[in-house]
Amino acid sequence: MDPSNVESGEHFPTALETAAGPHLLAPGASTRRMMLDVLIGLVPVLAAALWYFRLAAAAQLLVALAVALATEWVICRLRGRASSLSDASVCITALLLACSLPPQLPLAATALGSFVAVALGKMAFGGLGQNLFNPAMVGRAFLMICFPASMTQWTEPLTVHATTQATPLAAARFAGEFIELPRLLVGNVAGCVGETSAILITLGGLWLIVRRAADWRLTAGMLAGVVVVAVVEEVVRGADQSLGWARHVSAGAVLLGAFFIVTDPVTSPLSKSGRWLFGILVGLLTMIIRLLAGYPEGVMFAVLVGNAVTPLLNRWTTPVPVGGHTRRAAGRKPADTGPG
Amino acid sequence: MGELLLIALSAAVINNLVLTYFLGICPFLGVSRRLDMAFGMGAAVTFVMTVAGVMTFAAHKYVLLPLGLAFLQYIVFIFIIAATVQLVEMYVRKMFPPLYEAFGVFLPMITTNCAILGTCLFIWLKGYTRLSEALVFSFSGGVGFTLAIVIMAGMREELELADVPRPLRGAAITLFIAAILAMAFSGFAGIGR
Repeated sequence: MDPSNVESGEHFPTALETAAGPHLLAPGASTRRMMLDVLIGLVPVLAAALWYFRLAAAAQLLVALAVALATEWVICRLRGRASSLSDASVCITALLLACSLPPQLPLAATALGSFVAVALGKMAFGGLGQNLFNPAMVGRAFLMICFPASMTQWTEPLTVHATTQATPLAAARFAGEFIELPRLLVGNVAGCVGETSAILITLGGLWLIVRRAADWRLTAGMLAGVVVVAVVEEVVRGADQSLGWARHVSAGAVLLGAFFIVTDPVTSPLSKSGRWLFGILVGLLTMIIRLLAGYPEGVMFAVLVGNAVTPLLNRWTTPVPVGGHTRRAAGRKPADTGPG
Repeated sequence: MGELLLIALSAAVINNLVLTYFLGICPFLGVSRRLDMAFGMGAAVTFVMTVAGVMTFAAHKYVLLPLGLAFLQYIVFIFIIAATVQLVEMYVRKMFPPLYEAFGVFLPMITTNCAILGTCLFIWLKGYTRLSEALVFSFSGGVGFTLAIVIMAGMREELELADVPRPLRGAAITLFIAAILAMAFSGFAGIGR
């Protein structure tokens, strides 16, 4: 039957006319469209970055973007494949990496991190859709290991002369100083280029969720994990000795991570329950690292560990189709039916 | 009790034998192609590690040290580990023939798995003096190994359909993944200090 008839309503569409899956629910949906939505969602984040950290932020963003685009183009050329720049996913990797770097990081390090993010984090696995880890976080973790001193140098926002200042999390962790919530919401605090303004990040993130470029389950799961541990901490340590859940959520990279990083469709689980588990796991690990480990912030490590268990979560949460076999029977291959 | 819990957490996650000490890399790379095999290898290593850890601890504390034979530590430890592996090998061969076939050379190779000798030696280097500590430490070391190899196997199965560049296929991309995993787990450094 001619599909145009079905759309114009001349025929009653019956179940027999349904084509085999997967079905596109939104007309015009494509990788490029989705990535452009993420880019639009990033606009408020980038605006905050440029407002608070001025030229330093612009330099980080531009260097990361240029190196990432060049790396992807060269690798595509080397492999003799068509260039994959047009799906815009590499721009998102570069911008998210730059957003998660300290504003005064030497630009050579930024360039190296951007190269590692694209070459090791993405292209080594075969490109978009096949990478196992979030590329931006791979690049950042690499920089964290290679340049631990530069990666923990923070500067005061809104100043031309860069003055060193601790991030809200580092101040709370190492100096026992707690920054009040309104400043965290607005973002007038030291921190990574794009992580400081809680309100603008949420604004951009909600756009992603409305446009379904991000699954709300991942975001909600991660925030739930963070809030639960933060409330437990508040009860155990007392309200004046802890940041409390609102400040734990709005300080550091939790919101950027929850809206823009864990929601990467490539490196998060496929099933709904898997996404909940993944989000909650990342949230819990973030807080465990924040409160107990040597680093004041743990979103990056938590996301990488979460990415690592994603294949296992996919396996354990495969939905059973209606009338299908149970998961255990469906997952068994004939070769595995021997003892053991 | 809290102390034992910390030892367990430290051995399994924070100071994971594979991901922070880079011990036991041979089976980690060699038997991580399929998830069920990886889990089997993890279980075998955990068993050998637990038995060998406790027995070497006892041998060292109650035999070698009182007799002033501490210089025989390495030889005695290797003997004990080899004997335990023989036990496992006979058991697996009898009870799980397909698994035995699948392991191939990697099952007897557990004898030379540096993670196991490493665990037996760490028990002394870290200054554990009670049998319960040795038991918890060696068992959680095995759990940590299983965790690492199972995660790796899950990722490698996922990669089977990926368009990995030809020169990177196989061991190279596996080492790349191991490197990223090691970076990820380095975030836990400092817990319990």
